[in-house]
Amino acid sequence: MEKEKFLELKNMEAGYNETKILHDVSLFINEGEIVALMGPNGAGKSTILKAIFGLIPHTGNIFYEGEKIHPAPDRLVKMGIAFVPQGRRVFNNLTVEENLEIGGFFLNDKTECSRRVEHLFHLFPMLHEKRREYAGSLSGGQQQLLSIARGLMTQPKLLLLDEPTLGLAPKVVKEIFQMIKTINKNHKTAIMVVEHNLHSLLPITHRAYVLAHGKIVASDTGPVIAQSDILERVFMGKI
Amino acid sequence: MEYIFHILILLSIYGILALAQNLVMGGTGLLTIAGAAFYGIGAYVAAILATKFGWSIMAILLIAPIIAGLIAFLVGASFARFRDDYFMLATLGFLMIFNTVAKNWETFTNGSFGIAGIPKPYILGFTLDMPMTFVVLAIFILIIVVTVSYLISRSSFGRALNAIREDEDALQIFGYQTSRYKLMIFTIGAAFSALGGVLFASYITFVDPNLFTVNESILLWAMVILGGIGRNRGALIGALFLVIIPEILRFIGFPTEFAGLMRQCIYGLLLVLLMLYQPRGILGTYKL
Repeated sequence: MEKEKFLELKNMEAGYNETKILHDVSLFINEGEIVALMGPNGAGKSTILKAIFGLIPHTGNIFYEGEKIHPAPDRLVKMGIAFVPQGRRVFNNLTVEENLEIGGFFLNDKTECSRRVEHLFHLFPMLHEKRREYAGSLSGGQQQLLSIARGLMTQPKLLLLDEPTLGLAPKVVKEIFQMIKTINKNHKTAIMVVEHNLHSLLPITHRAYVLAHGKIVASDTGPVIAQSDILERVFMGKI
Repeated sequence: MEYIFHILILLSIYGILALAQNLVMGGTGLLTIAGAAFYGIGAYVAAILATKFGWSIMAILLIAPIIAGLIAFLVGASFARFRDDYFMLATLGFLMIFNTVAKNWETFTNGSFGIAGIPKPYILGFTLDMPMTFVVLAIFILIIVVTVSYLISRSSFGRALNAIREDEDALQIFGYQTSRYKLMIFTIGAAFSALGGVLFASYITFVDPNLFTVNESILLWAMVILGGIGRNRGALIGALFLVIIPEILRFIGFPTEFAGLMRQCIYGLLLVLLMLYQPRGILGTYKL
């Protein structure tokens, strides 16, 4: 029997105002999988994540655990999907701890909220050290970890990561990928990640989609994509 | 001594108005110019209900914030969709509408003549007709507003408001319906401003439309920016400074016809200097 696809997009089209970015995109992610979305700037990778999360309008269908959904952030958060936006977007003038608490918005139970904060401090010891400091005072890498940790406050079944290593030093990039792997392994969290650092990402992904001009031009397992010339062709503008 | 109580009353009224302005503008980042409108609504509700319908000021202190809050809720429901400068323009429009209504709905507002003879509060057999007694009521209401403002700032509701100021889009990602939060604080701010308006109307015993123009809103902005955006204590310090400065001018001996103009000049100059040299205000950590 075919394993049920955890999240599936069918014939999705989306864009900003009049400009259509995505053309007939269909893809899926299974439970506990790490799936990468790759492609040059403007290929529509981030747009896919935003459309899944209901941040921009789309046509076509989105299925979550086999059921058609109409995405809106508040609904998706409750369903167990979290979105970590591009550019970190931490709240600079709130403390690290307050940033995490914001992530646990829909938890009405305060003790559960602080239990999860403590759990994340255990997972990210650096954040524990800086729990009372303003997020604005953290380095770029630390802010990115905070942003990911904030996304994990809801203990999501699916995490959407938009360019988590953008503008970070190589050493920090490694740390972030290590963390993504750990989260996936320990919590069985499915992760859909948009990335530019292909070499660091491919070894930890189960599958990858390659996009160009708003269309999926290839999809396969991480190693197969890594060995093919598809990425080169896409990035050189040959597709 | 009477004069000191007079200053304390003004300080309480402006303290209330500045705190209300700070909750909306400082805490949430909504650049509202409607502060003077809700202040005016409070004052006019007091003037109309007291002089035309014989209501007591104490009863009006309860009903005016509800009326102002209701109006804020209704207009805010459409304003909450706007951001930044668009929100500012919408609130400016609202202030202008309020002013036009106050000037022209003569049956109720007496138009430009204003409404005189607003009674003093009457409570437990006492009329608070001296500054010495009125000040007790003014400070009592200030304390209520201070307490509620502090409770809001420290609650998770207050934290969400701060996060709206920081990055509204990012907050929506976690499931917050930010327009509800904005609407709620806009309503609360309006209710507080109305309390200041009732106190003012009953203390001065007179209202006219020229008291509630954009100048008054700019004064509230100056108070919040001077004290430190987003800080309750800052709003109170800002009110303290800007109530005391004109009084000092009076002592320096400016003729009365200049004093008012000088005041406006000083507020304007102060805002420019603050933006240039101390954009975070006295206590603040944030910039506009």
